[in-house]
Amino acid sequence: MMTVAVTAISSPLLLHSQGPNRQLLQWKRNEKRRLPTKVAGSGVITAGFELKPPPYSLDALEPHMSRETLDYHWGKHYRTYIENLNKQIVGTDLDALSLEEVVLLSYNRGNMLPAFNNAAQAWNHEFFWESIQPGGGGKPTGELLRLIERDFGSFEEFLERFKSAAASNFGSGWTWLAYKANRLEVANAVNPLPKEEDKKLVIVKTPNAVNPLVWDYSPLLTIDTWEHAYYLDFENRRAEYINTFMEKLVSWETVNTRLEAAMVRATQREQEGTYTEEEANPDDEEPEVYLDSDIDVSEVD
Amino acid sequence: MAIRCVASRKTLAGLKETSSRLIGFRGIQTFTLPDLPYDYGALEPAISGEIMQIHHQKHHQTYVTNYNNALEQLDQAVSKGDASAVVKLQSAIKFNGGGHVNHLIFWKNLAPVKEGGGEPPKGSLGSAIDTHFGSLEGLVKKMSAEGAAVQGSGWVWLGLDKELKKLVVDTTANQDPLVTKGGSLVPLVGIDVWEHAYYLQYKNVRPEYLKNVWKVINWKYASEIYEKECN
Repeated sequence: MMTVAVTAISSPLLLHSQGPNRQLLQWKRNEKRRLPTKVAGSGVITAGFELKPPPYSLDALEPHMSRETLDYHWGKHYRTYIENLNKQIVGTDLDALSLEEVVLLSYNRGNMLPAFNNAAQAWNHEFFWESIQPGGGGKPTGELLRLIERDFGSFEEFLERFKSAAASNFGSGWTWLAYKANRLEVANAVNPLPKEEDKKLVIVKTPNAVNPLVWDYSPLLTIDTWEHAYYLDFENRRAEYINTFMEKLVSWETVNTRLEAAMVRATQREQEGTYTEEEANPDDEEPEVYLDSDIDVSEVD
Repeated sequence: MAIRCVASRKTLAGLKETSSRLIGFRGIQTFTLPDLPYDYGALEPAISGEIMQIHHQKHHQTYVTNYNNALEQLDQAVSKGDASAVVKLQSAIKFNGGGHVNHLIFWKNLAPVKEGGGEPPKGSLGSAIDTHFGSLEGLVKKMSAEGAAVQGSGWVWLGLDKELKKLVVDTTANQDPLVTKGGSLVPLVGIDVWEHAYYLQYKNVRPEYLKNVWKVINWKYASEIYEKECN
């Protein structure tokens, strides 16, 4: 088994816009967590997204989330997404990209390419492990609390709405707290003159593997409401799982760090004025996705 | 009205145990959870008694409860002429009504081995399967593969296209009934591939659940429906 370098939970590195090609990517790490393509004994070339262990041991969330759940959720479900993703993208244009790049490219404006499901689920789960911690729960503080109170009225009101969203997300999916900036109320419409009031926290529900990256939101917190996330511990009692998640597991520290990064990014984009270059085409149904200038997108499109 | 058709006994063959009750002045028909025609443990080892109990008493019951609530709200919205409320209720009706419809079929699709569960279909359905899929094994392989490939929650179906007079294999997402894939489709066999249908026993290995569920599929019921629709 490969030794995996564990990145500490710290603020994700920000990308600075490079020239006219604005980069949406938020979560790029210094080291792309990649192996060089290697040739196994049979001559098969393997791609190499590696499993990222959660920043705590698999039994550290007991009794709120059992070790057994983590053994399956992390050790089987998430592992399978990563392994299948690697098999899918090896030797293709999606190879040698960061995970977020694969997610955005394979989303393909809503006409998802085959790799989307695995890539997005891999991303979502990594984001999920880092959204919780042993001894989690409690209340947010500082700027995060201020914005929650500004945008939802009170923390209690936010909690009520977040829990209600998670409980009513029918089928498989995720519920998110996200920071939305430079965007109008419609997900794909760029706001040409963003005001302070436009930059706000939103709660969004997504189905299956979809996540708010595809709408250029900055995810801050997620709860997995696929049944496999809670069935061993709570059976059908999703509401109880959601309560436990908010009371005992959520890592407000991580959420706060992510918010800080998101706000900085939003300010940078404003200052650079790059948003005016990409005004929404009202005929478009799906958001434009902007990528690194060195990626050749012609084949994908 | 489509909703009332679902509740009629003619549509749901043999479901005598489905009772309905009239509520209130307007008499809209609501639903109750029917008992299973076998014990929770009777489908073991293919499906555990634990799963059967939770699946029936919790999941299906919740669909019934929520469907009834949605119907009552719909009734009020319709009589008030509140169009936007009516439209807003459609997803709750689809989710929960669909959940109720699908699970009614599912319990009939299953039978303990000693009551014929797993016995291959004979008669006209058996021949039709051989004609359309080569063999029962061919059909099983196709349905298992499509069921395993459903992303998220959903169902895999063997259906009869009444108009084209042929068997089809299809999948639906969430609790969408088969009819949402085609107005002339009649469900013969539906297999629930929501995680709640197998997780406690099979965990993440959905293909293993799909391999084993065939041992308790009640082909007699599917044949009854097929013969009725073909005549």
